[in-house]
Amino acid sequence: MSDSTTNTDTRGFARKLADLDMTAVAPFLALAALFVLGALINPNFLSIDNLLNVLTRSSFIAIIAVGATFVISAGGLDLSVGSMAALVAGIMLLFLNSAAIDGDMAMLCVGVVVAIGVGALAGLLNGAVITIGRIEPFIVTLGTMAIFRSVTIWLADGGSIAMKSTSMRALFRPVYTGTFIGLPIPVWIIAVVGILAAFILYKTSFGRHVIAVGSNEDVAKYSGIHVNRVRAMTYVLQGICVAIAVIVYIPRLGAATTTTGMLWELQAITAVVIGGTALRGGVGRIWGTICGAFMLEIVGNIMVLSNIVSEYLIGAVQGTIIIIAMLVQRTLQKKK
Amino acid sequence: MATNQPLNAPNVPVLEARGIAKAFGPVEVLTDISLTIMPGEVHAIIGENGAGKSTLMKLLSGHLKPTRGSVAIDNEPVSFAGPVDAEHRGLVLVHQEILLAPDLTVAQNIFMGRELKRGLMVNDREMNRQSAEAVRSLGAEIDPTTQIARLSIARRQLVQIARALQVPHRVVIFDEPTASLTPIETDALLKVIRDLRDKGVAILYISHRLPEVAAIADRITVLRDGKLIATRNASELQPVDMARLMVGRDMSKLYPEREDTAAHETVLDVKNFDVPGYARDASFSLRKGEILGFAGLIGAGRTELLEGIVGLRTAHGQIVFNGKPTKFNTVRDSMAAGIVYLSEDRKGKGLLLAQDLRTNLTLATLDKFSKGPLIERKREDQSLDKAISDFDIRARRRDLLAGQLSGGNQQKLLLAKMMLLEPSIVIIDEPTRGIDIGTKEQIYKFIADLAKAGKSVIVISSEMQELIGICHRILVMRSSRIVGEVTGDAMTEEEIVVHATGVKINEAELYSAGNA
Repeated sequence: MSDSTTNTDTRGFARKLADLDMTAVAPFLALAALFVLGALINPNFLSIDNLLNVLTRSSFIAIIAVGATFVISAGGLDLSVGSMAALVAGIMLLFLNSAAIDGDMAMLCVGVVVAIGVGALAGLLNGAVITIGRIEPFIVTLGTMAIFRSVTIWLADGGSIAMKSTSMRALFRPVYTGTFIGLPIPVWIIAVVGILAAFILYKTSFGRHVIAVGSNEDVAKYSGIHVNRVRAMTYVLQGICVAIAVIVYIPRLGAATTTTGMLWELQAITAVVIGGTALRGGVGRIWGTICGAFMLEIVGNIMVLSNIVSEYLIGAVQGTIIIIAMLVQRTLQKKK
Repeated sequence: MATNQPLNAPNVPVLEARGIAKAFGPVEVLTDISLTIMPGEVHAIIGENGAGKSTLMKLLSGHLKPTRGSVAIDNEPVSFAGPVDAEHRGLVLVHQEILLAPDLTVAQNIFMGRELKRGLMVNDREMNRQSAEAVRSLGAEIDPTTQIARLSIARRQLVQIARALQVPHRVVIFDEPTASLTPIETDALLKVIRDLRDKGVAILYISHRLPEVAAIADRITVLRDGKLIATRNASELQPVDMARLMVGRDMSKLYPEREDTAAHETVLDVKNFDVPGYARDASFSLRKGEILGFAGLIGAGRTELLEGIVGLRTAHGQIVFNGKPTKFNTVRDSMAAGIVYLSEDRKGKGLLLAQDLRTNLTLATLDKFSKGPLIERKREDQSLDKAISDFDIRARRRDLLAGQLSGGNQQKLLLAKMMLLEPSIVIIDEPTRGIDIGTKEQIYKFIADLAKAGKSVIVISSEMQELIGICHRILVMRSSRIVGEVTGDAMTEEEIVVHATGVKINEAELYSAGNA
């Protein structure tokens, strides 16, 4: 009697194991594998300090990639996020330098609002042109990528925009360097953005609509969903995420340069894809994306710690990772 | 077109299944099938959806390998390495779906993968010439430089057949070739098949449309639940007998008893309605409790007219709904008013195949399942339970994806999804396309019950029998216009065809022409 129950239990467990969606689990297995690899190469790798440091540095890409998860699971694509980050940073810094309001704290708070407003507007521009103009997202965001970049260069007069006020710098810096209950503030910000995004994508009707539109636009339309509104909204969310990333980024360097955000779009899309979100839309994995961004930074970290491969090749390694991730995704899907 | 005449005596089967069986995992979907196909005969395989017809075809054409038994050609057992290998041996499968590149021309498609070359360059002129000839031999005139996207479904089908027949062939397998064809197009296709047969080609013809099977087949094999039920000479089987063998029960109760549920009250009045490019000057009215049919050839504008009315297409004209002039700018407006439209394209426009049942069920009514922005999953689950029992949706597990359901269960899920909108008018486009007879019966009963409950139903269908079986009144469209209305005793296929084609044709002669 007891034998047979154990038997069913193990079978039930095996069944559950077989039912596990490998595409959802794979990124976390890969992360674990990277931990093992890192620990073998350098014992310091697994120290809490090092890992928190890596997590902190992955924060910009992680936050941007969370936005990209919405865009991509709705079947879209945004190549403009890197230049958008530069533009948002430039405008925010110009505003902070303008000293329009008395008091550093007040300036900073309004600056944050300005950044988020600029990000949301830039995203809305992408979304509106894509939906109203019925143009491929690839083309539209390729265009705005160039536009945002060159407007930033023009604003910076070809150089860089730095934060002038040293007191404001000091006030702003802890957003990147500070800690709260033992954890770096950027890590908290990743967590909050992740929780909010997961809530929106998995628990609200908007999130369900995003997945529906990415799964099959016609079905969504015939089900009475405002397809264009949903798609445009994903780009607005992307813009807001870019702005949040910028708010974490500025205190790190205190400046926006012509190369700020260079190739961030590549890293963000890579993080989304290795996180298990389908590039064709219809599947979105927020925590996978954050795991993906973390992995990208860990790979860099291991390269620095190991000296096996020159760290100048980090782009090549990341490029290889996205291709391998796609291959793994495909094989996992075939098995299903 | 290269046709290899059989070398052997005509009484040796060119293709033979010897006790073949196929299992997927532990489930055996086909058990011990033995049948022969002779040169110069049309051997029809009939059976409900899920009876194992497609699996049998795939085994015979090298797409799948049998778990037991063997396939023999000219009495020699063979094992196909794959479909290409089977093709080399003269076995050609004409797929049910159109597998052509829509942006390429007719000739480019016919020669795709085996282009004729002159030196390094493709020889377009020669390919165009041969394509035109190949299409002509099928009894059609199509400019070989036309893009596939510009052709009607029927003509695409012909191109697909022409492409298949480019390979030297001794056996041609047609898998539900008439599924999307109108009677006249079907008739033309049957002529093509007869010509092939008369040239000594062996034909395997899969279909669930019994009248045309009766018209074309020399022998008929009936499959049910993966087993061979009978193989008979066609002359010994009437369509009624075929249906009984297929279903294993009496067919007379397929359509529910017709009840006069239509009230006097008009719920929808459409006047001078235009859907640019598809429907012109359409006027009709719908009464409470009425089941109204829309008949016509594919491309007559039925789907587009109704899509225009519910706000899925740009359209103009007058709509009076429940006595009030109304205009539906988007499909949301018509849904909110209580009119729902179920697309004929269940897989492309009805359901998210890659999502689970729950997501699909509540997609159009998420507001009802949300508190603020938050979806209440528990209520969604309760609603799914109710839908599964109310609509008899048969899913092995609740967490299946919609794409893993059978066609019939998908249709029930789509019905359940749209009924959550609590409509007063239900428009169903091709309600039973690609679903088994058992489910058809359920859907007919469901439609009748809707009418009994005081809802109004519009049914668009290319199956004239089903319109005649369930509707109170049938409107016929031809070339974008409503050209006729049939009611009562005038609801016959003959009468509908006259309106749909504008030509008087004797239905009894339609399929049998040239079958002497």
